[in-house]
Amino acid sequence: MARGKHPLMKCRHCDAKAVVNMRQHKLALCGPHFVEWVHKQTERFIEKYNMFTRDERVLVAVSGGKDSLALWDILLALGYRADGLYIGLGIDGGLSYSDESHRYITEFIEARGGDLTLHTVDVAGIYGASIPDAARLTRRGREKPCSVCGLSKRHIMNRVAREHGYDVLATGHNLDDEAAVLFGNAMVWSVDYLSRQGPVLPPSHPGLARKVKPLFRFYEREMAAYAIVRGIEYMYDECPHATGATTIRYKELLNQLEESSPGIKLQYVLRFLKAREQHGLFAQVREQLDLRTCPTCGQPTTNDGACSFCRMWERVNDRRIEQGL
Amino acid sequence: MVEQQQRRSTPAEDEVILTYRRKTFTVAPGMTVRDAITRCGLSPEATLAVIDGELVTDEVVLQAGDRVKLLATISGG
Repeated sequence: MARGKHPLMKCRHCDAKAVVNMRQHKLALCGPHFVEWVHKQTERFIEKYNMFTRDERVLVAVSGGKDSLALWDILLALGYRADGLYIGLGIDGGLSYSDESHRYITEFIEARGGDLTLHTVDVAGIYGASIPDAARLTRRGREKPCSVCGLSKRHIMNRVAREHGYDVLATGHNLDDEAAVLFGNAMVWSVDYLSRQGPVLPPSHPGLARKVKPLFRFYEREMAAYAIVRGIEYMYDECPHATGATTIRYKELLNQLEESSPGIKLQYVLRFLKAREQHGLFAQVREQLDLRTCPTCGQPTTNDGACSFCRMWERVNDRRIEQGL
Repeated sequence: MVEQQQRRSTPAEDEVILTYRRKTFTVAPGMTVRDAITRCGLSPEATLAVIDGELVTDEVVLQAGDRVKLLATISGG
């Protein structure tokens, strides 16, 4: 459809109207060709970074947001053996955040005929308190529950992947996520994190699953566009606890740079990974990492004795007993 | 000039209405989606635009009577 006398941007591969213009790639595509491009690129990244094969079982961590649902959709479309994992965090925030997130996942499954496997872990049901309640009961999360949330999700994702025999755990982290984390770690020269950040985290301990990020080279904007073009309904509202999050501030800063220098975010992440690989940046830090086994849960820890997850939940449940909760 | 409006949802013949979360903005026709996003104080790198239910690129020139839904693409925590 023409819009007045102004010419519309055309798809590079056909005469149709472009719906996405990716300035960093100098590439504009129509809906069908954009979907095809995302699928091909994802396949390429999975192979290039040796993430997994079609014979392996993949557990996709789904939150109900655009990235994780897009990832599940892409892996299914590409024919991978991908199941879902949803962690019920018990976050309300006045908008029934967790319940709504779960609803979007249920709708996603129903829209694909209902024949998908979803593992659901209800944090309050299993561990005794929701994430916000646990945060209130422990020093770790008194100001914000994000730390308690991250620690718990990492543990649960590992546990479910191991218990159900998945070869790999896939998350929907995109390029903007990776760039913001890299920026944050580089700002304070957190060499431990800088030594590990990447699209593939191999299991450095028998209690860990291999973790992969197949979407790590796509901009967040592209994943939102993919969800819209594919008709994937997702949880649009932000987690109520993410307001003012440092990650979002870093993303905004990086997007300011991207506006004047298209592709700068992508180069920032890719050149960091290349420099680390080719020049051995932080290699010594990686070698020094001394992982032990938590006697309670069997997952790795740098602590003597119980891991941070087990210690935290022990404290939470001690406080619950003290307070008669 | 962008004006923030609270109630009106039907654009006048000589204006374009943009909605973003719970906010509404009006701009004059003739500017690109990218410029309109910037005028609304948003980042074009973190915003998508939908007109008549269809995703549009930033270079599309807005026309009088257009209703544009702007979507935030940044999330995090």
